[in-house]
This record gives sequence, C-alpha cells and structure tokens, in this order.
Amino acid sequence: MSPTASSSISRRLAWWLLFIGLYQATVLAAEPPNNMGQRMQACATCHGSEGRATNSGYFPRIAGKPAGYLYNQLINFRDGRRQNATMAYLLDHMSDQYLMEIANHFASLDLPYPPAQTTKAPSATLARGEQLVRHGDETRGVPACASCHGAAMTGVAPAMPGLLGLPRDYLLAQLGAWRVGMRRASSPDCMGEITRRLSPQDVVAVATWLSSQPVKRGLPAGSLPAQPAMECGSGFR
Amino acid sequence: MKEMRLKLAKTLALIMLVCVGGFVFLDWIKSQEVPSIDDRPFNELLAPQVAQRGAYLVQVGNCAACHTARGGLPFAGGKNIDTPFGTVVTSNITSDKLTGIGAWSAADFWQAMHHGRSKDGRLLYPAFPYTEYTRITRDDTDAMFAYLLSVQPVRQINRPHALQFPYNTQAALAVWRALFFSPEQYEPLKQQSDEWNRGAYLVKGLGHCQACHTARNMLGATQSKLGLSGGLIPMQNWYAPSLASPAEAGLQDWPMEEIMQLLKTGKTAHSSTLGPMAEVVFSSTQHLNPEDLRAMAHFLKELPRQVSEKVVRKFANSEGQQIGQSLYHNECAQCHGDHGEGLGDYPSLAGNRTVIMNSSVNLVRVILSGGFTPTTEGHPRPYGMPPFGHTLSDTEVAAIATYVRNAWGNKGEAVMPLNVQKSR
Repeated sequence: MSPTASSSISRRLAWWLLFIGLYQATVLAAEPPNNMGQRMQACATCHGSEGRATNSGYFPRIAGKPAGYLYNQLINFRDGRRQNATMAYLLDHMSDQYLMEIANHFASLDLPYPPAQTTKAPSATLARGEQLVRHGDETRGVPACASCHGAAMTGVAPAMPGLLGLPRDYLLAQLGAWRVGMRRASSPDCMGEITRRLSPQDVVAVATWLSSQPVKRGLPAGSLPAQPAMECGSGFR
Repeated sequence: MKEMRLKLAKTLALIMLVCVGGFVFLDWIKSQEVPSIDDRPFNELLAPQVAQRGAYLVQVGNCAACHTARGGLPFAGGKNIDTPFGTVVTSNITSDKLTGIGAWSAADFWQAMHHGRSKDGRLLYPAFPYTEYTRITRDDTDAMFAYLLSVQPVRQINRPHALQFPYNTQAALAVWRALFFSPEQYEPLKQQSDEWNRGAYLVKGLGHCQACHTARNMLGATQSKLGLSGGLIPMQNWYAPSLASPAEAGLQDWPMEEIMQLLKTGKTAHSSTLGPMAEVVFSSTQHLNPEDLRAMAHFLKELPRQVSEKVVRKFANSEGQQIGQSLYHNECAQCHGDHGEGLGDYPSLAGNRTVIMNSSVNLVRVILSGGFTPTTEGHPRPYGMPPFGHTLSDTEVAAIATYVRNAWGNKGEAVMPLNVQKSR
C-alpha cells in the first residue's frame, strides 16, 4: 500500500469518526438527562432553575436549604400543616423515600445568591429587625432568631432553615401564616408560639431586615454552639 | 281566587307527599329483595387470616382515599367530598365504639356496603359508592369488616354533611334510591372464564371504576347501562376517559402486559396516569396481587368496543397555530420533542389519546397543573411536568392545546380560552 493511499484511508476514517461523534452528540443532546435535576423540572417554573428562585417574586429559594428542613416541608404540604394547593397536588402520590431524595437533591446544590432584595428600608425598622434577629425581645419572651437559625442566619444541619436570600413578601406571609395557624410545624410548634408573641410591626421589621442582608455563602452551619432556647417538634430533626 | 290557589297548593302538596311515600315504600321493598345473611359467629371474624385478606380488599377498594382526611389519622373520616348538591363529609370507620364502627356487627357492615344503610337504618349518600360496593360478596365484606375492627380506634365525632335542601333529607334519598339503586349480587357469566369473571367482579364492585368512568345524570347517579364510557368527574374538573372506546382509554388493542404495567406502575412507554387516576394507582391498583391484576386487565381488555365519533365543530386557524407552535417550541419541545415524538421518559404527544380525544379537559388540566405520575415500585422516581397555570394566560394555554391537537397528524377540535378559564 502506498503512503498516499494509507493517508487517504486514515483521512476518510477521521471524517467518519467525526461524523459518528457529531451524530451521537445530537442524539444525546435530544434525550433529556436521567438525573434528579431533570426530574425536578416541575419545580423550576416557581422555584427557579435549579431551585434558586430569583428574590424578585414571592417564591422561596430552595437550593442549599438543609435536607431535613426541605423534607419536613414536603411532608407538611402533603399533610396539610402548610397550605398550598399546587404543592399538595404535585406531591400527593409520592413515597416518603422519593420525597427524601427530592429534599437531598435541592439541599446538595451550592449556588450563588442574587443581591439582597430589600434596599432603602427605614433605619428604625432595620434596627428593630436586627435587634430581634440577633438578641430577641426578653420582655415578650421572644428568643433571638440567630439562637436557632445560626449566627450567620444560614440555617443549621440537619433541619433548621436559613432565613436569608428570601423575598420579603414570602417571609411576611410565612410569619403571618404561622401567627394565625395557617402554617404549622410538628408539635411543639415553636414558630407558632414565637410569632404569636411578636407584634405586627415586629413581623415587618424582622422580614425587612432579613430580606435586606446580602448572602455570600448560604450553606447551613454544622451545629449550634449552645442549647436552643425552646423545645421544638421540627428544625432539629 | 285566593281560596282556590290554597286548595291547589294543598292538593299539590298531597300528591307530592303520596309520591315521596310511594318512593320510600319502593326503596324499602327493593331492599327486601336480597335477604340479609344471618350474622356470623364473631370468633370466625377474629381469625388473623380473615383480617389480612380484609386489609388487601380495603386497600384495593381504596377506602382510605375518602375515609382519611389530609393529615388525619387513618380511616377516621372527616374529609370533605364536594358534590354538585353540597358537601358530604366522610365518616369515621375506625374500630372506635362510640364514634367509629367498633360497636357494629358484620351484618351492620354488610347492610351499609350492600344496601347503603347505616347501622341505625339511616339511608347513606351515594358519594359512598354502595351503588358499586353492593356487588361485593358477604364473605368479602366480612373480611373487610374484620380488618377495620383491627384498625387503631380513633375517637373523632363525624361532622354533619353540608347539603342543600332537599338533598339533605332522607325522603330525597329514598326517592333517589327508588329511581337509581337496587341491591344486587355479582352473577358470574358462565360463558366467560373464571379470570374474566374475577376481573368483572373487581371492576364493577370493589374497584368501583364506574364511579368516575361513567357519566352521572342530573341527579348524580351513574348509569350502568352506559358501561364504562367515560364521564366528567363532578367538581374535580377531570375527565375520566371511556374504557370502552379505543379512541379514549379503551384497552382493547393493548397487549395484556402493558395494561398490567399501567395499573401496577402508573406509567408505560405510551401512557401516564395523572390526577385522580394517579391516586387510584398509588393507593389501590399498584397493590393488586398478580392474579387480580391479570383478571382486571383481562376484563378491561375484553370490554365491548364503543366507537366514539370524532367531534370537530371549532377548527384551528393558521394564525392561532403559529402562536401555538412558537409557544410549544419555547415551553414544551425540550421534553416532548420538536415533532411531539416524546424524549426519554416523556410521553409523545403525536397520536397521544389524551391530546386528541374529544374532551380537551384533561389536556388543559395537565398544561395548567402539570404533575407527576405516582411513585410505585415499578416506577419509583417519576419525572414531573411543570404547572404552567401561573406563567401562561388562558389564551396561551388554549393556543398550545389547539396546536398540539392539530400538529404532526393529530386532529382535534380547537380549545377556546373560555375552556381554559373553566379549568382554573
């Protein structure tokens, strides 16, 4: 075989390989991936791509929240302790095992946060909010948010949620819902108790301060430095 | 004049009273036709294997779906069932002696299941599908009762129903029953196999498939003579497609294995269960034992065909199709493919019966609400369809629905924005 013939064959072979490679690539691109991210596309229309909802709307970010927290919420929606018809409809016919896998999936995502939503809030409101978050209000029997949700307020493993990077409207709605019993957690329901001790102005102050904080790293802390102030049915398990 | 009117009113009232009385009597007569079987010795019921069989039957009959409220204790009732006539509240069927059925006898339970009468003789509302359960054998109701007696008692007083007049009266129920209900037993057809008969017994009795898959009349009665020819599920706004028509959900042309796969796992290569049927698969049919699964599939496969005629009164127009097409390519093609061919686990829309059948109710519902097929042993990690109800307008949903009903060789009536609004 002459060298020219051999190089012509190898050139043809190269073209064929390239062609087969491209064909494979188009076929693979057409088939959606077999992973949890693809399975959870149903969540993206509200919670944003990969669960990192923009904070301009109402829907909460779920990416990076502790798995135990997310699992508890899925169960709460299913069992009516949280009221949302869409959530209940979507997960009504799911095994606990799959709900846990969903929770683990979103918990495992470590994604950047958008800038803080609330800007130019009145300084008195911010001051009251920060006071409640960091120190609580002893006269009302309100513990500091940070005493359970972590000093950085990014939550604590396994099931205490972070409170930063959430839309202000969402925070207001949750605190309000807890106050009137529309949102509940497993008993003893500490957040129900705490929100009933807050005045409406306090609720606004806390939501305003929390939604005005920038988040650099949103991952939950590994553990709490001290014993939590209250006995709670969820958040610690 | 005034006197005459009064006399007329009195006469009318009297006629009404006689009629209602007649109906009550008729209902009573009918309930005498099938004599109750004497109560069984109680210790026979207490045998563990009886309760075990009962547990299976209660699961297949999906009693918990109605008798357990969201987040409530199993079988303690308290779930609201919305009907066009008001709200029926399900009852506590735990073994609690005061508020449940713990003080009932097996004969009382049979009377409820077979005759639609409570222990105290009160007529029951047919939201409780005794119109189908009446075909369950005494042997099976005894087993179910034995199981329910073994369920953890829950002290929870039944809340009263909230029904409009006259539906909230026993007289109205007696009239309804005289018109639409007779206790009956399942009579096996001799020319059919045992397997077919078992399937028929499950579909027509315990499975109460007819409760959804048959259209209800103005008074909310299912009409057996229609067969399982499909119907809109009242208040839920889902259409239970015809099991008799191969153009809807008929299974006549399916291989047996695929029918069983759908009932067992909720998903096959060509079909998915969503909405109320996802619940049925999740709570009931996935638990069928292999023999019953095959029997049910056998009976459904051999249901007599009813050809449903294609109805197209409103046609898609080319301008709307262009809008629909561009929306489809932005929102849907990523999973369902550029040509509706379906990618991976996602179903094809070309030739998909839910997409093209006469009723567009389910197609619209799926676009608005999305959903997951149920998690089952055979299909434990389903992919989800996103809900588009809050991101797309009625007009946009109608455009997409009309487009997919008329693309890739599909043919179906155009969907109007008003149809979408009704489903919200």
